[in-house]
Amino acid sequence: MSEIALQAVGLVRRIEGVISHTLVNGIDLSVKKGEFLAVTGPSGSGKSSLLYLLGLLDAPTEGEVIICDQPTSKLSESERADVRLTKCGFVFQFHFLLPEFTSLDNVLLPMRAAGKLPEKDMRERGLALLTSLGLGEHAGKRPNQLSGGQRQRVAIARALSNRPEIIVADEPTGALDTASTEQVFAILRDIADSGQTVVVVTHDPALAARADRRIHIVDGKIHETIEGRERTPKVSVAVSATAAEP
Amino acid sequence: MATNLLLNIAWTHVSTRVRQTLVGMAGVAMGVSFTIMMAGLMQGSQIDFLRQLVDTMPHVTVEDERRAVPAQPADQEYAAVQMSNVANINKRPGIKYPESVMASLRSWLPGDVAPSVKTTAIIDHGGGRIGVTLTGIDPRQEVRVSKLASQMREGQITDLAHAPNAIIIGEALAEKLAVKTGNTVVLIGGQDTELSATVVGLFRSGLKRVDEGQIYSLIGLAQVVMGQSGVINQLRLRLRDPLAAQKVATQVEAQTGYKSVSWQEANSDLLSTFAVRDFIVLTVMGAMLLTSSFATYNIISTITHEKRQDIAIMKSLGMREYSVRRIFIIESAIIGAVGIVFGWILGYLLCYAWSHITIFNPLTGTTVPLQIYYSPTHYIVVAAISIVCCAGAAFFPARKATRVHPVEIIRGAS
Repeated sequence: MSEIALQAVGLVRRIEGVISHTLVNGIDLSVKKGEFLAVTGPSGSGKSSLLYLLGLLDAPTEGEVIICDQPTSKLSESERADVRLTKCGFVFQFHFLLPEFTSLDNVLLPMRAAGKLPEKDMRERGLALLTSLGLGEHAGKRPNQLSGGQRQRVAIARALSNRPEIIVADEPTGALDTASTEQVFAILRDIADSGQTVVVVTHDPALAARADRRIHIVDGKIHETIEGRERTPKVSVAVSATAAEP
Repeated sequence: MATNLLLNIAWTHVSTRVRQTLVGMAGVAMGVSFTIMMAGLMQGSQIDFLRQLVDTMPHVTVEDERRAVPAQPADQEYAAVQMSNVANINKRPGIKYPESVMASLRSWLPGDVAPSVKTTAIIDHGGGRIGVTLTGIDPRQEVRVSKLASQMREGQITDLAHAPNAIIIGEALAEKLAVKTGNTVVLIGGQDTELSATVVGLFRSGLKRVDEGQIYSLIGLAQVVMGQSGVINQLRLRLRDPLAAQKVATQVEAQTGYKSVSWQEANSDLLSTFAVRDFIVLTVMGAMLLTSSFATYNIISTITHEKRQDIAIMKSLGMREYSVRRIFIIESAIIGAVGIVFGWILGYLLCYAWSHITIFNPLTGTTVPLQIYYSPTHYIVVAAISIVCCAGAAFFPARKATRVHPVEIIRGAS
């Protein structure tokens, strides 16, 4: 087993049309297990497109994405869905929780889709995840009964529910206030510290500075890579390793 | 993909849209109930008509003629010679050795056989003259091959033997001629036969052409009217299974050589009309069910449109496209299944209510209830067609919705 969790080789994403548009233009990238990688760049630079490619939500025009030593370019759409279900967890700018379901049911969704655990174990794990994120008493509430920060934490719990190797987050704090932003970033930091790989797209340079490594994208290419992070005090709400891996 | 999860999501979708779901269920229920009612009504009226038809006439009639004209001796002798105007051999009409033929048939026939004489006559009363078919019967044997005894409204068929030249006529004919039981009428037959006959009974079969054009007498009287003493020109068969009549007729014809006509053959034009009617009814019922499924189509279309974002999220989380599609087909199945159950109940109640409606027939002056045929097959077939229509109605909007690329939706929402 290599130490590389996620690798992009010559990644190109081009939209063909009357006027072709290249979103990602030949990116080579390796992300280690347990690494916290921040992707920054101006609007339209291709950072979200890169994230969708790394998370197998989108297929590259050229190049290869290797997830946990598994090349993915030749996988069928169903096989890519299986990889997403078991190895990737997604957090978006908006929570995208299913509105008719409770917080717990939303967290259970990927586990139920995978169908690998008995219902009782799934519920225990889902509750443990919500409790570790400070949402234990909100398990039975629907998204419209929660604040923006709480919803985003439920979305993070959902992303963690199948114990994926990689967490992919697309501007997860983009719609949150300052306090919630701090909480969410602290949670993502803890996730990385507990051994899971985290790739985050963000506009916020201060938050990106807390990542283990930053890459700055301009016009679909890596313009700059900055190693090392700035240490900041931990925020009280954090995911525990026992919740992430019971 | 865990079916429980798909069921859970589907149930949540339909249960949180109560009004839309109820409208969809009502659409299916209406389609199912009216289709069941129509099927019961159409089949009921058809069965009632056929029952009357089968009850009124023999299941198989053996006649004293051949299906093909027999070859003339001259034709057989001079095959290469063209001949015309060859006279037929004059043969005495009737079935040869009818008692022997009947004994032979009774040895294997799944039913019974009775002799009769069929001829035409004119019945004259008070200046009114009407052409009728006169059938000479043996009352003791007739009860085994026809329902005439149970169709008697006045008198009994055994009364034929209690009066000279006794006849039984239909109620409708009696009304036309202003004849009552006990009246004397004049029967005019072939070869200038004219005799007085006494009406000893009235019957009603329910078929106008029979009630107005058929009269019965003893065999002897019919032979006199026909001018052929001792002749039996018809054997009438009644079978335990009326639907076997065609097969039995073929066997009888092969055995006796006489033309044997089943009730189906005798009414082939009517039965072919029924076939056309069945086809039309099935088409209309199919159209009704298809139309009712459009309600389901609309609802699933609306839900899939509203749930585009959820679909994108479910796909991005790793749910396969066909699994997401199944959610909406399950929703449609839920709407369809509940609608079908309500449709069954409503359909039964409609049938029950319709069976209490009576129709007045101005021609016969009688009032008859609508005949409804209750059959589990109607319920099962209608439910099966309806569920297929609902699944089809959901499939297309669901397929379209689940083909959407999740990135497009997520980018749009962002």
